[in-house]
Amino acid sequence: MHRAINKTHLRQLTGLLQRFQSTLVVVEHNNDKLTPITLSAITAANKLGGEVSCLVAGTNCAKVVEDIAKVQGVKKVLVAQHDAYKGFLPEELTPLILATQLQFSFTHICAGASAFGKNLLPRVAAKLDVAPISDIIEIKTPDTFVRTIYAGNALCTIKCNEKVKVFTVRGTSFEPAATEGGSASTEEVSASSSAGLSEWIEQSLTKSDRPELASAKVVVSGGRGLKSGDNFKLLYDLADQMNAAVGASRAAVDAGFVPNDMQVGQTGKIVAPELYIAVGISGAIQHLAGMKDSKTIVAINKDPEAPIFQVADYGLVADLFKAVPEMTAALQK
Amino acid sequence: MSKRVLVGVKRVIDYAVKIRVKPDHSGVVTDGVKHSMNPFCEIAVEEAVKLKEKKLIKEVVAVSCGPQQVQETIRTALAMGADRGIHVEVTGNDYETLGPLQVSKIFAALAKKENAQLVILGKQAIDDDCNQTGQMTAALLDWPQGTFASEVALDGDKVKVVREIDGGLETIKINMPAVVTADLRLNTPRYATLPNIMKAKKKKIANVKPSDLGVDLTSRVEVVRVDEPPQRQAGVKVDTVDDLVGKLKESGRI
Repeated sequence: MHRAINKTHLRQLTGLLQRFQSTLVVVEHNNDKLTPITLSAITAANKLGGEVSCLVAGTNCAKVVEDIAKVQGVKKVLVAQHDAYKGFLPEELTPLILATQLQFSFTHICAGASAFGKNLLPRVAAKLDVAPISDIIEIKTPDTFVRTIYAGNALCTIKCNEKVKVFTVRGTSFEPAATEGGSASTEEVSASSSAGLSEWIEQSLTKSDRPELASAKVVVSGGRGLKSGDNFKLLYDLADQMNAAVGASRAAVDAGFVPNDMQVGQTGKIVAPELYIAVGISGAIQHLAGMKDSKTIVAINKDPEAPIFQVADYGLVADLFKAVPEMTAALQK
Repeated sequence: MSKRVLVGVKRVIDYAVKIRVKPDHSGVVTDGVKHSMNPFCEIAVEEAVKLKEKKLIKEVVAVSCGPQQVQETIRTALAMGADRGIHVEVTGNDYETLGPLQVSKIFAALAKKENAQLVILGKQAIDDDCNQTGQMTAALLDWPQGTFASEVALDGDKVKVVREIDGGLETIKINMPAVVTADLRLNTPRYATLPNIMKAKKKKIANVKPSDLGVDLTSRVEVVRVDEPPQRQAGVKVDTVDDLVGKLKESGRI
């Protein structure tokens, strides 16, 4: 009997705690468009059970604020527009987030585990004197998270007893939140004065009409077996037939076939498309870390012993220079 | 130039080893497993040594935190061209729970103590895959950070850093002192030659305790358990491209 009472009591207490929970999602954008990984971070934030606020900082926030206010599950949008946020430098954004934290006392602060989130959140965490959690793939309870270690070869369940939980979210592990149906309130937060430690100079982005690698439904990737950058055209042609993004192994990037932002793997991008086609890729541990959660994996390789065949749902032992054009032709039919 | 660089090096299970999860789910098996310097740390050491060779800095100090064995990792850095080493001794339970927060506190304290103008680290360790220590060290020092660097150029009291970002590259200019974390494409680390390995044996490694630096190693993060990831079902081999396309159509993937 005592136990029963305690259990009910405990459940009420947990419910109460959850009501007091509040999460800040740091929004990633380019002053024009929201980056899709933010929508996955919002889904993760909503799993925590508390109120979700989003912080939009930048030099030009109006359009992004309008979009984020419509995202389902967002209660409040905090806006900080200032020229100091040019280039989204962490030296400038950290004081802003700390000021916001001081004002609203969030229990959780998160962002997508992109180059932006990985750069920024650990800096925020250190300033709060808390240990951050990187690239989570699951939320068990508001203080227990699952993440991968050793290039995705082990799953680590972590209990975080910090006063503020600071974490980044693996985009491919959480469905993006719906971009319609929400109605968040908007509130300006005061921008801090410029720290002046760093300066953004320029950006050179790889231009492409193909879908973005991290969120594409189909990905065609090439490795060392392609032999040259010119031969990647074979993959672009195949990708075009399937509206696929094109990725690469580290070997292909290091050999200069393609730019490094196309790299899939432990140190490149993590993708989990419905279909992943690995062409001329042996399947080293570091590459598998970036794609082994794909729904269906296809390997085309002339070496029947290549480790990629151990994770491939469909394997074709063939010369890619013959097989890929054939496949492109077959899809055109 | 009297600039000093601190380089962090971590001893990790070798990148080519297929790791095994312990049967009691407390971690991965490390006993009797080949260890080596974290690949990103090698790149950090190489960059520091290159800056010294260009006479842009005076001294390269390699630092590692952990038990006795990390001295081998420091020796490797010395053989690559670092001038001296600092072994921050962390053992037993403190080492088990040693994370980026604690390590960054150690590095921040050492950077001040050694009057370093630059701290170069790898962008992530291939064991915990955290990608946090550099950012946190910069925060604790209130220094700017140049993370995921693929190009570093010293320019007076500033550092120009080309960074690898999701859509391509970006260039920033940060004030010194600064923290830089190395991406894969920053350089190709050199091999330590036998004469240099012999010379490295004569270089000094100082022993420091975290308490000497005023760093408290308490961790508020617990590993509840470590599991094997779900195994993929064995796939099938197809004989022709037509078979492959047929199978993919059947399963609704195309």
